[in-house]
Amino acid sequence: MSPAKSDNSVPKSRLLEFYEQMLLVREAENRLSKLFADGEVPGFIHLSVGQEAVCVGVTSALKREDTLASNHRGHGHALSKGVELNSFFLEIMGKEEGICGGRGGSMHVADMSVGMLGANGIVGAGIPLAVGSALAHQVRENGAIAAAFFGDGALAEGVLHESFNLAALWKLPILFVCENNGWSEFSPTDRQFGANVRELAGVFGIPSDYVDGDDVLDVHDAASDLVTAIRAGEGPRVLECVTHRVRGHFEGDSQKYRAEDEMNSLSNHDPIAKLESVISKRRIPKKEVAAIREKIDAKINAAVEAGRAGNAPDFDRAQADVYTAVRGV
Amino acid sequence: MAEVRFGKAVNMALDDALAADPTVILFGEDVAEAGGPFGVTRGLLEKYGDRRVRDTPISEAAIVGAAVGAAMSGLKPIVEIMFMDFVAIAMDAMVNQAAKARFMFGGQCSVPMVLRTPHGGGVNAGPQHSQCLEAWFAHIPGLKVVVPSNPSDANRLLRAAIADPDPIVFVENKAMYSLKGEFDESSEPIEIGKAYVARAGNDVTIVSYGAAVNTALQAADKLASRNISVEVVDLRSIQPWDEEAVLASLSRTHRLVVLHEAVTAFGVGAEIVARMSDIGFDELDAPIKRVGAPFMPTPFAKSLESQYLPNAEDVIAAVEQVLA
Ligand SMILES: Cc1ncc(C[n+]2csc(CCOP(=O)(O)OP(=O)(O)O)c2C)c(N)n1
Ligand SMILES: [Mg+2]
Repeated sequence: MSPAKSDNSVPKSRLLEFYEQMLLVREAENRLSKLFADGEVPGFIHLSVGQEAVCVGVTSALKREDTLASNHRGHGHALSKGVELNSFFLEIMGKEEGICGGRGGSMHVADMSVGMLGANGIVGAGIPLAVGSALAHQVRENGAIAAAFFGDGALAEGVLHESFNLAALWKLPILFVCENNGWSEFSPTDRQFGANVRELAGVFGIPSDYVDGDDVLDVHDAASDLVTAIRAGEGPRVLECVTHRVRGHFEGDSQKYRAEDEMNSLSNHDPIAKLESVISKRRIPKKEVAAIREKIDAKINAAVEAGRAGNAPDFDRAQADVYTAVRGV
Repeated sequence: MAEVRFGKAVNMALDDALAADPTVILFGEDVAEAGGPFGVTRGLLEKYGDRRVRDTPISEAAIVGAAVGAAMSGLKPIVEIMFMDFVAIAMDAMVNQAAKARFMFGGQCSVPMVLRTPHGGGVNAGPQHSQCLEAWFAHIPGLKVVVPSNPSDANRLLRAAIADPDPIVFVENKAMYSLKGEFDESSEPIEIGKAYVARAGNDVTIVSYGAAVNTALQAADKLASRNISVEVVDLRSIQPWDEEAVLASLSRTHRLVVLHEAVTAFGVGAEIVARMSDIGFDELDAPIKRVGAPFMPTPFAKSLESQYLPNAEDVIAAVEQVLA
């Protein structure tokens, strides 16, 4: 395990906050994995187990009124941006009471009330949405910023290149976050992209930073610095977080294409274990950590129960939302 | 009542919207400094400033994607795609994002944006600058598609489109930009989804939209001299389209021709014919005819293009067939 940061300047409460948030994402996804295996979650789910430091580290540098556009691996982005847990489970379990009325599911969790503009089933598509959201913040002069979360696979999408250019030209208040987990679906990044995201950002004159995406404290520090510059009106920034995808591309993917060595080394990068080692070095009582675990477990149990108790979505109500309203001028 | 050109009528609607609502913004390729490739957005940068009226790089996917994101974040963006052919590059943003956001997110948001774009031939622009692709969008639940046939409608429909909470593709026929028409500045916006009878008649109904409505009116004039009375219904919007108005006209004339400039096969006309042969079957005294472009790309050479585009003679031939 690479040396964990044990910076004493980080207050204990902050460490525990990060811990709780990462654990929430981890345990929520572990539960989703089980529900999926048991047939209680239909469709496709893409888990971000092993990548929790990125969503928590970045969103903790954002404000509620900031907006975020995500990708297919968006559970962590949604939960750490503040999507309420029960309505999150209800959605992914396909229920009327879900945050999106059971219309979207795992790949489309969105909550406008917390600035979560949606997970996205189309690789790269959230990026220009975040650019447009940043444009709205700039025009409205509301002081908010936008963030786009995307994987290394999205680097090969043309719209990312267009978006970098547009954001740079217009000095938009946007943080581009590349979660580089080394894989896009079943292909390693080096067979997918001939450059790297920081070089690409540099071409457009966008300053960037690069962090160990498994260290929530590093991610948070880097994101905070970039966000400060963005809020000061300095234009877009890029943050590359190098991280690790532990599970398959989607649940049910046996990952036969990954080398045994790589699979065996994954536990060395676990962001939650890393933070636990910081916490233990700070001599924070085990009791406190255990209490957080219990709290998360209870919340997730309750959310799953809420999910099970939810109703099947109403077809007519769904159809009524294709357009905003039938109305005259 | 003054005469205005089609392009100017569009400009006036944009001007009004920018003046009335600070959340309206306009962006696209060469729309600001240059005033638009067809001069439609002239003067708006000077009036409203470069925060709200912006030139973009040549990045159709990002232009439309950003419009969707801006619309989800409190603005009412109006974007221009220079030629309708270029929307192919921006389809994801319209089809997978704009069209679905409201539904997919459980009604949490609307996407109040307008994508303006010129379609149509007649200017020898060739296969990649002439297409009428509106049927693509009409096929997508969540999008609305508006196609005006004259300057007054262009203004009044665009004002309605900008006020509408849902994503709208607003199609302008490029050959019409310099066409003049009567326009009463005090006229109200036109409700989207309502057709109107552009010419009343008894013997046959021609349903059309956009510039082709004028072709239908020309055909109707010529047929009138032969004592054939043609009713012309201008759909104004093809998604939603005014099924009741078409059925009502069919119920008067009992004969129907559907005309558009777009390729006939799998086009808007196919939908209208299918619906009328279902709900209007008892009213029909003859098979319905479709008139549109043949199943080939729009050719460049003058002689080829004029043969390609549906004209009044083609419409007259179709009317003769349904009256035979
Ligand atoms: C436009 C598009 N192309 C392909 C896919 C199929 N697909 C879904 S995720 C994915 C890989 C994405 O890799 P990356 O962006 O690195 O994200 P990660 O899965 O590693 O989190 C692919 C190819 C898609 N959903 N959308
Ligand atoms: Mg990846």
